[in-house]
Amino acid sequence: MHQMAKLPSPTSDPPVLLGSRIDVADVSKSYGAEGFAKQVVQSCSFTVERGELTVMIGPSGCGKSTLIRLMAGFERPSKGSIAIDGKPITGPGVDRLVVFQESALFPWMTTYDNIMFGPRARKQDTREMRDLAETLLQKVGLADFREKYPSQLSGGMQRRAELARSMINKPDVMILDEPFRGLDAMTKRLMQEYFAKLYDDFHRTTFFVTTDIDEAIYLADRILIMTNIPTQVRATIDVKLSRPRNVENITESDEANAIKMEALELLHEEAMKSFSRGSKAAADFVTSYSKRVSKE
Amino acid sequence: MNAIRSIGAKIARIITGDDFWRGIVSIVVFLILWEMGSRSKAWFGFAFPWISQIPPPTLVLLEMGKLIQEPSFWNSAYLSTLRVFEGFFAAMLIGIPLGLSMAVSRTFYGISFPVFEVFRPIPPLAWVPASIIFWPTQELSIAFVTFLGAFFTIVINVVGGAQAIDVRYFQAARSMGSSSWDIFRRIILPGTLPSIVVGATVGIGITWAVVVAAEMISGGGSAGSVGGAAGGGLGFFIWNSYIGGSYTQIVAGMISIGIAGYISSALLRKLGEFMTPWLAEG
Repeated sequence: MHQMAKLPSPTSDPPVLLGSRIDVADVSKSYGAEGFAKQVVQSCSFTVERGELTVMIGPSGCGKSTLIRLMAGFERPSKGSIAIDGKPITGPGVDRLVVFQESALFPWMTTYDNIMFGPRARKQDTREMRDLAETLLQKVGLADFREKYPSQLSGGMQRRAELARSMINKPDVMILDEPFRGLDAMTKRLMQEYFAKLYDDFHRTTFFVTTDIDEAIYLADRILIMTNIPTQVRATIDVKLSRPRNVENITESDEANAIKMEALELLHEEAMKSFSRGSKAAADFVTSYSKRVSKE
Repeated sequence: MNAIRSIGAKIARIITGDDFWRGIVSIVVFLILWEMGSRSKAWFGFAFPWISQIPPPTLVLLEMGKLIQEPSFWNSAYLSTLRVFEGFFAAMLIGIPLGLSMAVSRTFYGISFPVFEVFRPIPPLAWVPASIIFWPTQELSIAFVTFLGAFFTIVINVVGGAQAIDVRYFQAARSMGSSSWDIFRRIILPGTLPSIVVGATVGIGITWAVVVAAEMISGGGSAGSVGGAAGGGLGFFIWNSYIGGSYTQIVAGMISIGIAGYISSALLRKLGEFMTPWLAEG
């Protein structure tokens, strides 16, 4: 395991909130021909506040990734509108950066070239940007791996390189789609700590999607709990735990546990709904499970 | 100093490996069986069918020893190599931009692909008569047929490679502010490079197959030109040996082509590894 880079200790001053605010207003999205269309998102509304870390959590396959593609501007909503600082989103932009589920590092570029991709794309290969790239390499603990290609990095290193590649562009909003999925428990925990520290340093508007409730509580200022497909916001929970947080304190905190119980109950209901209208295999599982429970 | 040591270590690793010795055993056993088969009449008193017609490897080796001292043999090898590389580079020069344009532009793809697909299944050798009529010199017609051998393989590989690039790379690049030209230069080009290397390596193999046959056919049609001023090339050489009845020369010529093809593919593979360092192990 690579050693974690030292991060500046947080100051007691209230952080300056950076970034933009995103308003998702009554957004619907369906796929397929008219009449046969599958509604994935239906009348969904929420706000991602400036400088806050908003976490979206919901049952798997509930259309979270669709919402991300809409917010990134890769796709357009069928109905409703998404606005960044009041301006409607019409396409992808440098103001919103997406970190994908699987690594989307360019395999043919070294770690350093990957991080410098954005600045070079905008013809900003300046001294200042190169310095920032160095700082970020240090911060994510990849300074010794700058000349390595992504295939030569471990899963956790790839995720960190990708975070650095996004952060260098100083996006107004960072959008992350289950960025730590598929990592082993130890690496995942380290990544969450890295990420929390990066957020504490910059306090930029962040929209984070996950299926992991502990991850959500550890990171979030606000949690959006989504319904089963077609997606809507089921509930909004404010997480008023002080920052910087640490995992041990959170597992012992009554407040955190109360949030967890509330969220789990809502998620469980949605998960049951997804069983009931999901695949036959899922239905069979629920039936056999409930039979076994009643026998005992 | 370090470089020399690391090359030494690499060679040591190769010759102590199982695969190396398996390879040696396979070649030696093959040569012994061939020698026995070719000399079966003299050694065992009866002739094995088919293989006893073929000169034994020892005689072929002696023949090759003589051939490599003859300038006319090297001239033939030079002419074939020249034609292979002419055709191959023309195929790369035209095939890569064409393949990339087909992958990038849906309109261009729609217009050009049907024509391309009709021409693709025509074997390069079927073009020989037409190209002799069409091109002013025999040299150009052979080079053209050689070009066709590599061209279609390269185009198909480039189109396939460019279309297989993960859509998330484009999304990531666009959201970081890339222009279309930037995406082409830094995503599509390097993303297609591994497929270009594969297409080139396969293509040059086909090119060798085609050039020899084209030399035979275009020269073999009229007895007068065989081995005459018009020709040269390893294909002519083999055909000439056949006309002259020198079986050892035929086999020696075949082996020369095998070696030449192997060297060109190996060179391209090395060049490809150098150009795509991110595909290296570790």
